[in-house]
Amino acid sequence: MIQLLDYDFMRRALMAAVFTGLAAPAIGTFLVQRRLALLGDGLGHVALTGVALGLVTGVAPILTAVVVAVLGAVLIELLRMYGRTSGDVALAMLFYGGIAGGILLANLADERATSLNGYLFGSITTVSDSDLRLVAILAVVVIALAIGLSPQLFAVCQDEEHARVSGVPVRAYSILIAVLAAVTITVAMRTVGLLLVSALMIVPVAASQQLTRSFRTTHLAAMVIGLLAALGGVVTSYEINTQPGPTIVMIALAVFGLAALVAAAARRVRAHRRTAEIS
Amino acid sequence: MTTPLKARGVTVSLDGRPVLRGVDLDVAAGEFVALLGANGSGKSTLVRAAIGLVPMSAGSVELFGTPLAHFKDRTRLGYVPQRSRAVAGVPATVQEVVMSGRLSHRRFFGRRSRADTVAVAAAIERVGLAGRTRSSLSDLSGGQQQRVLIARALASEAELLVMDEPTAGVDHDNQESLAELLGGLVHDGASVLLVAHELGPLRPLIDRAVVVRDGSIAYHGPVDDLIGEDHAHVHTHDAIPSLPVGLTGEGVWR
Ligand SMILES: Nc1ncnc2c1ncn2[C@@H]1O[C@H](COP(=O)(O)OP(=O)(O)OP(=O)(O)O)[C@@H](O)[C@H]1O
Ligand SMILES: [Mg+2]
Repeated sequence: MIQLLDYDFMRRALMAAVFTGLAAPAIGTFLVQRRLALLGDGLGHVALTGVALGLVTGVAPILTAVVVAVLGAVLIELLRMYGRTSGDVALAMLFYGGIAGGILLANLADERATSLNGYLFGSITTVSDSDLRLVAILAVVVIALAIGLSPQLFAVCQDEEHARVSGVPVRAYSILIAVLAAVTITVAMRTVGLLLVSALMIVPVAASQQLTRSFRTTHLAAMVIGLLAALGGVVTSYEINTQPGPTIVMIALAVFGLAALVAAAARRVRAHRRTAEIS
Repeated sequence: MTTPLKARGVTVSLDGRPVLRGVDLDVAAGEFVALLGANGSGKSTLVRAAIGLVPMSAGSVELFGTPLAHFKDRTRLGYVPQRSRAVAGVPATVQEVVMSGRLSHRRFFGRRSRADTVAVAAAIERVGLAGRTRSSLSDLSGGQQQRVLIARALASEAELLVMDEPTAGVDHDNQESLAELLGGLVHDGASVLLVAHELGPLRPLIDRAVVVRDGSIAYHGPVDDLIGEDHAHVHTHDAIPSLPVGLTGEGVWR
C-alpha cells in the first residue's frame, strides 16, 4: 500500500477513485428512487458520441463528452415531459443513437478502436493532472448539489405531483438530476469506463438499501460503499493485475451480494423471534 | 377573507376527449365541500385542474384570490393525491415523507427549522402513526400508507386541504379520528375539498355536496338531500331543476 503511493499515476488513480466513488452513488440514489436506473447507461452511450467528437476535432474528449452528455440529458427529460414518448422508449433511443453516433464518428476520424477503448472500459492509471483537476471540480459540484438540494430532489423523485403542488419547480429539478447524472458519467468515464459507469451509480444504492430504512441513510451508505468499492477496486486491480473498471464493479456487486445475504438472515432471525414470542 | 378556491368554467380535455365541460366550483373559507360522482366522472380531474396539475383548455381558477398561474403562496395549500405511488425505488421513512410536506415552508438550500420538526411530529401523531415514525413506508399496510399521505398534507398547515379519496382503504376507526381531526381544522378556519365515494364518519362535517356527472355538475347542495348512507337519491326541491338521470338507484358513488 505504502509502496503503491510512491507512484504518481497511482496517487492520481486513487484520487480519481475517491471522487468517482462518492459522486456516482450521490446522484445515482435519486435515479433509483425515480426508477430511472438505466438513465446512466443511456447517457453513457451518448457520452461515447461526445468522446468520439473530441477525438475527431482534437478537443479534450472529457470536455466534449460532458457537453454532449448534458445535451442528451436535457433532451431525454424534454422528451419525457412534452413528447408522447415514455421514459423507457426515450432511453432506448439514447442507447442506439449514442453508440451508433460514437462509432460512426470514430470511423470518420479513422481512429483505431484502442483510443475509444480507454473510454469504454476506463483507464484510470493514465489519468493526467489536468484530467484529475476537471474530475475533482465536477465531482465536488455533483456531490454538493446532490446533498445540498436533497430535500427538494427527494420530494421530486418521491412524488412528482405532490412536489409540484408544494411549489417545487419540478421540471427544473428533473433536468438538474439528468444533467448531474450526465456530469457524473464524464467524471467516472476514466475510472470505470462508459460501459460500466452506470453500475457505480446504481449498485452501491442497491447494496445499501438492503440494510436501511430511511432515504438519508441509504444515500450516505451508498456513497460510502461507492467509495470503498472504487478504492478497493483500484488497489486490487494493481495487486492482481486486472483492469480497474471491471474490478471496481465486481467489488460493488460483491458488497451487494453480502448485504442481501445479511438482510435475508436478519429477516429470518426477526421472523423466528416473533414466532417464538407468539408461541 | 378571500375565497380559498374559485373555479369558473373549467374545461379539460385529455387525449382529445372532453373530460370537464365548463365546471364552476367554489370553496369558501371554513367550508367543507364533498365532491361526489361515479368512477370516471371527472372528480380527480377537477381537483387536479384546480391546483394546477392538469392544464385547462378554458376557464379560470383563483386560489385565495390569486389566479392559479400566479399563485406562489404554496404553504396555504395541502394535497392528498388519489392512490399515490407512495413507495418509490429507495426506502424512505414515514418521517421523511411527511417532512416533504413542509417543503413549501423552506427556503432554497434552507435547513429544516424547529417548526418543521414539530409540525411533522404533530401531523404523524394526528394520523395515529406516532409509533411508526421511523418505519420504512414499504413496511406499512396500504391504509397506513394512505394515512402517511394525509399526514404529509397536514404537515404543511395549509388553509385549503384538497383530498382525493383520502379515506380509501382506511379502516372505520381511523376514518373517525380523521373526521374528528378535520372537524377541528375546519372549526379553526381551514377549508376542505374532499373527493369521496363513501362519506362514512365524515358525513356530518360536510357543508355542501357537489355531484359530478360526465364532466358537469349534476347537483350541489346540502348533503342531507342525498338520502341514504351509501347509495344516493338526490332530492331536488329547489335550485337544481331536474333529477340527474342515473343518480338514483344503486350506489352511483359506491
Ligand atoms: N391521463 C389521462 N389521460 C386520458 N384520459 C384520462 C386521464 N386521466 C383520466 N382520464 C379520463 O378522464 C375521465 C375522468 O377521470 P377522473 O380520474 O377525473 O375520474 P374520477 O371521477 O376521479 O374517477 P374515480 O372515482 O375512479 O377516481 C375518465 O373518463 C378517464 O378515462
Ligand atoms: Mg379519482
